[in-house]
Amino acid sequence: MKQLIKLFWKRLSSPSRAAAGLLLGLGFTGGILFWGAFNTGMEATNTEAFCSACHAPIVAEVRETIHYSNRSGVRAICSDCHVPHPWTDKIVRKVQASKELVAYAMGTINTTEKFRQRRGYLANREWQRMKENDSQECRNCHNFDYMDFSEQGQRSVVQHSTALASGEKTCVDCHKGISHKLPDMHGVEGW
Amino acid sequence: MRKLITILLLTGVIALAHGQDNGDQAGDPEAGGSSNGGQASLRGLTQLDVTKKADAFKRIPKDRSPYVSDYVYQPPLIPHRIRGYEISTNANKCLSCHSFKNARDAGATKISVTHYGTREGQVLSDVSPRRYFCLQCHVTQSDTAVLVENDFKRVDSLR
Repeated sequence: MKQLIKLFWKRLSSPSRAAAGLLLGLGFTGGILFWGAFNTGMEATNTEAFCSACHAPIVAEVRETIHYSNRSGVRAICSDCHVPHPWTDKIVRKVQASKELVAYAMGTINTTEKFRQRRGYLANREWQRMKENDSQECRNCHNFDYMDFSEQGQRSVVQHSTALASGEKTCVDCHKGISHKLPDMHGVEGW
Repeated sequence: MRKLITILLLTGVIALAHGQDNGDQAGDPEAGGSSNGGQASLRGLTQLDVTKKADAFKRIPKDRSPYVSDYVYQPPLIPHRIRGYEISTNANKCLSCHSFKNARDAGATKISVTHYGTREGQVLSDVSPRRYFCLQCHVTQSDTAVLVENDFKRVDSLR
């Protein structure tokens, strides 16, 4: 046994006899394969089907809203709003999601009643996240710089040209429940 | 024997065809056998046993100035689109602008103080449950042909 470990260690510590080019090549292709697989896996966890596996009732709610069905047929899927698009932010969010896997294992919201009870907490967390990053996920599609106030309704112009333009408010401050049903709104600012 | 069968078959076919004719007549308004008695209703001349194709949705103006009342105590009409506005036990989107608390900031019309009273006239601290469902009285408008002609005129004081 000792002999075997010694042999193994020697193998590791002595330089390989394979050519440096071959080793680099192996590392290179290995790297590409790993990176590709990693990103493919990441994309797989960003699809609507993946989200629906656990969040089916909430995914169904979206169908009645403008972000699912509308005149021009452009639509947003879960990850467009709930997962940041820049790579580093995305990784941070995905790591945070590992905590949600624990909640899944514990069955924190595995019945409709439990989900209703917790809905306020969950919604608040998402609003807070959007507030902190200045509604980045809204702005991935809705760019303030290209808003044409002459095309907007009077009510929209009033809010967008003042509170939003000055940065005093961010999208999610007013646009809550645009893709889901709302939780109990008692005590929520502006309601 | 063969002749008899042929005759029987023929009469059968004729009887069947005749029966079908009658059936067609029953559903044909011009033949006088219509199930709606030739009466046009809001559904048009549609037969009772036929489901009329639904009309297209009416376009509701996105946003405009408040409508002027047509009669005293008329619930004000909604001068904007309300698609997707939630009114449920959890949230009332209308009140997020029109409540006493939010109307000033939102620049919206404040709901009247009558919404805070019970049926017996007792004043409550918040909107009365019987006045919570805004769309029971307040409705959006769209520019369409009137379904039933009428010559309603505003009273003098509102003209």
